[in-house]
Amino acid sequence: MQSSLPGKAQATLREVLPRLVLSPSLFLILLFVYGFIIYTGYLSLTDSRMLPSYELEGFGNYANLWGQRNWLIALQNLAIFGILYIAICSVLGLVLAILLDQKIRGEGILRPIYLYPMALSFIVTGTAWKWFLDPGLGLENTMHLWGWESFTFNWIKDRDMAIYTVVIAAVWQSSGFVMAMFLAGLRGIDTEILKAAQMDGASRWSLYTRIVIPQLRPVFLSAFVVLAHLAIKAYDLVIALTNGGPGRATELPATFMYSYTFTRNQMGVGASSAVIMLAMIASIIVPYLYSELRERR
Amino acid sequence: MSRSTQSSFGTGKLLRAALYAVLILFAVYYLLPLFVMLVNSVKTLDEIRGGNMMSLPEMFTFEPWLTAWSEAQIGVEPTGLKPYFINSIMMVVPAVAISTGLGALNGYVLTKWRFPGDKIIFGLMLFACFIPFQIVLIPMARVLGMIGLAGTTGGLVLVHVVYGLGFTTLFFRNYYAAFPDELIKAAKMDGAGFWRTFTRILLPSSGPIIVVTVIWQFTNIWNDFLFGASFADFDSMPMTVALNNLVSSSTGVKEYNVHFAGAVLAALPTLIVYIVSGRYFVRGLMAGAVKG
Repeated sequence: MQSSLPGKAQATLREVLPRLVLSPSLFLILLFVYGFIIYTGYLSLTDSRMLPSYELEGFGNYANLWGQRNWLIALQNLAIFGILYIAICSVLGLVLAILLDQKIRGEGILRPIYLYPMALSFIVTGTAWKWFLDPGLGLENTMHLWGWESFTFNWIKDRDMAIYTVVIAAVWQSSGFVMAMFLAGLRGIDTEILKAAQMDGASRWSLYTRIVIPQLRPVFLSAFVVLAHLAIKAYDLVIALTNGGPGRATELPATFMYSYTFTRNQMGVGASSAVIMLAMIASIIVPYLYSELRERR
Repeated sequence: MSRSTQSSFGTGKLLRAALYAVLILFAVYYLLPLFVMLVNSVKTLDEIRGGNMMSLPEMFTFEPWLTAWSEAQIGVEPTGLKPYFINSIMMVVPAVAISTGLGALNGYVLTKWRFPGDKIIFGLMLFACFIPFQIVLIPMARVLGMIGLAGTTGGLVLVHVVYGLGFTTLFFRNYYAAFPDELIKAAKMDGAGFWRTFTRILLPSSGPIIVVTVIWQFTNIWNDFLFGASFADFDSMPMTVALNNLVSSSTGVKEYNVHFAGAVLAALPTLIVYIVSGRYFVRGLMAGAVKG
């Protein structure tokens, strides 16, 4: 009887031990992710300026936010950047994957070359491209030196075109990764179906448009989710490439949030812009995760 | 990875040549910025100003690299990037180790010691991978101040551990989910407890996923800019922030060659990891992209 008590305690310990091991991580996530989301959400309803204030004042910050020209510019830029970034990365990734999937000699050399930019920091990418796109030092200058005097490429200095330079640099960084995703998808397609279709006389073009590409739907979805959330979070690249300029021409929600919160002392407005960013990402990620997690079990 | 989806594209030699031409053209596109950085980091400033960014250096000099490493002006101090490189290492090593360790344990519990509600916990952790960090910047700054970690490397380690947990847990969970439950059951039958089962059975076969996770975390944390810019002060500033300060400082002559040498220095650790273990790197990207 006496020895059964420690035994029992031991059994209970064994029962709760796994949960005990998980609990520090769960605690960290609950506090630092979900607690912080609630905190920022609360701040977005207060009149916080340089320091947090806990006086609720309703949705004034949101009204203020949507009345800010800078915020509307940031959203418009995000739309331009996001759509082009996702579209170009997907098309380029798919095309490169299909081309690489033609029994290419040297695939083992080409694939890592396409992919290595993903290992770099956006700050490094931005530094390289800032220079490359600079009219006086980079591509334009090179073309002039090579004799093409009339060549101009000054988008990075042009208010209307600067956002496209962010697209150029971001596509350079991420398209190889999308290529790798599509390549993995292509290699997973059942070759028997393709052989049968070929036997039936399907042309190479229709083979791809009718059979291969439709089968890659899950890859398109994954690529979309990854690229969309990267686009909404985009911050470092803009800071390094254009620092939001010229003027405010390349402002994005992430840079808007940072400057309003930490340099313009409008913490309430900054918090409300962060909430909008979270809502944008959640509207893409939550349905995706929900369907992914449900499918598997 | 070497199996092609179908027989090769066309039989015409011309088409085949065009295919290779396109592929090589893209390789040039991806390599060009790196080439420009490397070539111009070993030129003198005069040569950069007067010359073509594509041309090879007429006078090879290693000076910009030395300047970037130990003399360049970062902020107000002419220290070069060296102290910040060390800061980054001091931050990355513990952050990667802790988040990987916790991720392994979480993945183990979530697959082999399942309990009611475990899927909800996993879902909560998974969503945490995707949040825009702007939503946590304000409270994080306050909490770091409250616990006395503001502006320290320790604070950055905490931040990176917390926001890396989702991914490390995901990697290990997916890997352990495919590990046969029978082996675990047999071990439990033999009287092996929670820890013994983990250290004797799962851990010895976790090599690949540990490599994937370490590479993923290393790359992400090394390349982070937002947290470093928000929470570090001069004594704990990581490499990416220092590089940005160097490149975008508006005082004095812009020493482009030094900027490039600095950029390559900042890129070097992750590039080396990528070159040495690219296969695992790709696998990590995939695991991060395709949930399970």
